[in-house]
Amino acid sequence: MTTPTTSLAQPATTLAAMPSAWRDALRVGLIGGVCAVLIALIGMIEAFSNRNIISGVITLGTLLILGSAFLSGYFATHHASRSLRPAEAIGQGALASLMTSLFLALLALFVNVVPTIRSMFINASPALVELLTLGQGVPAGNLLLLIVGAVLGALAGSLQLLPPVFRRSLIVAVVATILVGMMQDLLRVTFQNWPALRPVSNFFFTSNGLAPAGAATIFVLALVLSVVWSQRGDQVRANVRSLPPAQRRALNLGLIIFGGFILLALPWMVGLFFSEVLVNVGLFVLMALGLNIVVGFAGLLDLGYVAFYAIGAYMIGLLTSTSKEIIFAGGWSFWAALPFAVVVAIIAGAVLGIPVLKIRGDYLAIVTLGFGEIIRLLAQSDFLKPVLGGSRGVELIPKPMIGSFEFVGPQELYYLILAGCLIAVFVSLRLKDSRQGRAWMAMREDEDVAQTMGINLVNTKLLAFMIGASLAGIAGAIFASKLAIIYPHSFNLLISILVLAVVIIGGMGSIPGVILGALVLVGLPELLREFSDYRLLLYGAALVLMMLVRPEGLWPEEVHQRELHETDEEVSLSGQLPDEEELAREGAAS
Amino acid sequence: MVATRTKRVIRLEPTDVFIYIIGALIVFVVVIGSVATLSQGKYSINAWVDLFVFGVTLGSIYSLIALGYTMVYGILRMINFAHSEVFMSGPFTAYFLAEAFSRSGFINQSPVIALILIFALSMGTSVLIAVLIERIAYRPLRNAPRLVPLITAIGASFFLQYMFRGLYGTNIKVYPEIEALKGQIALDAFRISYIQILVIAAAAAMMLGLHLFVQKTRTGKAMRAVAEDRSTAALMGINVNNIIVTTFVLGGALAGAAGVLYALVFTQVHFFMGFIPGIKAFTAAVLGGIGNIPGAMLGGLFLGIIESLGPTLFLDGLGITAPYQLKDAIAFSLLVLVLIFRPTGILGERIREKKA
Repeated sequence: MTTPTTSLAQPATTLAAMPSAWRDALRVGLIGGVCAVLIALIGMIEAFSNRNIISGVITLGTLLILGSAFLSGYFATHHASRSLRPAEAIGQGALASLMTSLFLALLALFVNVVPTIRSMFINASPALVELLTLGQGVPAGNLLLLIVGAVLGALAGSLQLLPPVFRRSLIVAVVATILVGMMQDLLRVTFQNWPALRPVSNFFFTSNGLAPAGAATIFVLALVLSVVWSQRGDQVRANVRSLPPAQRRALNLGLIIFGGFILLALPWMVGLFFSEVLVNVGLFVLMALGLNIVVGFAGLLDLGYVAFYAIGAYMIGLLTSTSKEIIFAGGWSFWAALPFAVVVAIIAGAVLGIPVLKIRGDYLAIVTLGFGEIIRLLAQSDFLKPVLGGSRGVELIPKPMIGSFEFVGPQELYYLILAGCLIAVFVSLRLKDSRQGRAWMAMREDEDVAQTMGINLVNTKLLAFMIGASLAGIAGAIFASKLAIIYPHSFNLLISILVLAVVIIGGMGSIPGVILGALVLVGLPELLREFSDYRLLLYGAALVLMMLVRPEGLWPEEVHQRELHETDEEVSLSGQLPDEEELAREGAAS
Repeated sequence: MVATRTKRVIRLEPTDVFIYIIGALIVFVVVIGSVATLSQGKYSINAWVDLFVFGVTLGSIYSLIALGYTMVYGILRMINFAHSEVFMSGPFTAYFLAEAFSRSGFINQSPVIALILIFALSMGTSVLIAVLIERIAYRPLRNAPRLVPLITAIGASFFLQYMFRGLYGTNIKVYPEIEALKGQIALDAFRISYIQILVIAAAAAMMLGLHLFVQKTRTGKAMRAVAEDRSTAALMGINVNNIIVTTFVLGGALAGAAGVLYALVFTQVHFFMGFIPGIKAFTAAVLGGIGNIPGAMLGGLFLGIIESLGPTLFLDGLGITAPYQLKDAIAFSLLVLVLIFRPTGILGERIREKKA
């Protein structure tokens, strides 16, 4: 439903502001400044200042300061529709960035003058002042920040004057360098495992951060590759497409074998710590693929998904534990208990699904959230302590064994998770284009129409809940045996939200999207320990941004993308200004 | 919204039977539990009255928060999931003012002025946050598919929680006590503390004010018109955007006030304090019939009383250990039960799925 006031008022204000693009630039700078101050006050700059990107040159914290100024300039001058004159682009970019760095400079000045503010904003510390003044002390550093900011803004503005191909390639190169710098630990450990590659590693990395020469090499390489790909990429793709079928099949087979080999060798390539990360990512891939069936395929927003994860974990815990404190501790083997865990999770999916059959949309979300919390509260209560262990949880859960092979550490458990994920991918792929999958999609689009077309809503919904629950049950089972001890506290709402974020940010309904989402949302924060405090903050921001800018997700499902872009014109008309604000904010946050 | 009455066809499906059996079981357990507790006579009349008064206090706070959910739902037909963070942001920020007043002794010299300033800061912060959420996260998505604004609301909620955690720190802050509010009035079995009187009186005054605003003023009339039919209201010359912002301002102000009252009762604030009261206030709004202002007030009181009396009354008699731990479970169960059996709430109109 469009309201006349919104659709008329918005273009009117943008039209009025058009002649003075300078005012727009100022506003972008202002918004960027507010965001930058917020980022500084929540402590991100200080926390990230320990992470060297280029050793001895720049840390992630400094990158945040400079990046926020640069991005203000970039977004102030980035207009899809019109081209700017050189003086305008450089001037407006510099103005916006100057504004943003002015905010940061004022913050540094203020914290320096009124240090007691720290009793309120705990992160307004002298260390922050030092960082914000680029290590030059108060008056001089403030001035320096302003100058650096304005120069960066002018650079960002002049970027708009380049041909789009080079602009994109430059951005790709910078992002690639930063990403490699952020992933340094993982890459270094991987390289160190092969003695032959050690010199390469030593060229690119120092003990903390990229070596300056290595960073320059990566930048140039990425730049050249990106330019070449943008010139030749289409040609290559067309060549592959025009290969004879037999060769194409051989190519695909080769790729699959190569991918399979990498997947199998991965834990031994990256070492113990990163295997642990992989196991966690795998657990979330498994859960997210399950939730993807419920939310992505069937369109039922479930916020209590953690309940099934908890049920799977508790079933394994109770059946296999050898603890004396639990009445029903069975002491079974993992493999004997696993079918029970899955079956009980499926039954729970049906039992919790039946009451909500007639509840739609946002009410469904709240009711399922209620279910999830009730299950956790029951597990935590003293009332059920003899059965479920109360807040102390269930202890002494054995590891799974096959013959004499014990899945003892993350490197072994990885294969268990991998098997689970492959099953989940297989199930999802087969279901997606099946009759059942199409019924889910029809229901997602419109329940009433789907029912009219002869789809049995009760069965269709329950099946989605049950299959989703079974995958969460498997994930919970593996989780329990991985930790050997489970607490009710591990199964809180945040897990549900995290899995939901993985599905939505990856792309609802898209299987590769969900896997990518888990890698980004679960894997990245574990690689960068500094992120762990800001994980949920960034997920929240990412959820909002994703819905504003790219509601179809990182790797969208085709049908969904098409359908979301049908109404694009309408949405972008009423949402033009906030989009820009959010972009500036996104830039400042990343 | 046009009220269409569709004739209900009675057709019992196996799933319905299952639901009704569960419902009957719950009623049975509640009745048995209550009878058992009362016949044991473990609790004196004083204890029950205390629980009841506490329930009313808690309930008035829930009502104030619930009004924010219900007004936004009435106008935008969406659950403002981030409202719990609007509620948290106010008292969490005002804590620093209260703390400063307490250190300088001002809070006991002139408690009235101090409280007014604390309330003003808290309400102001909450209003600011509510308006920002509307502007950034909801307005651009007003015409998007239905689940999209709910997802942004969840995202905004977590963003705000962890933003305030980053700003003010993770530890629990203890709200300063006010000398003038210590003490209680006792009449026979009836006891009520000054803080409880303050909470109930302030909540009642604000709800009365809101009621008058919505019913008597021009803006209130415009709000009701927008809630009824947004496009027609726009055609009648009402600035819909302004009305929506007004709604968020009112909801935010009430939530900010409720936050200070909550902080006075429980004497502590932290970044996660909004979640549980938020869900419960939403329950209260649904209980009273979402979109319905008197319903939210009634629903809040009802929920507060159930939550306060429920664990003892329903569960103690059944021999359940530490029933108080399950008070949140009772509130959540109530939410689930209401949505299943009477989604229209006590006073509500029929909930209809809005078609885009």
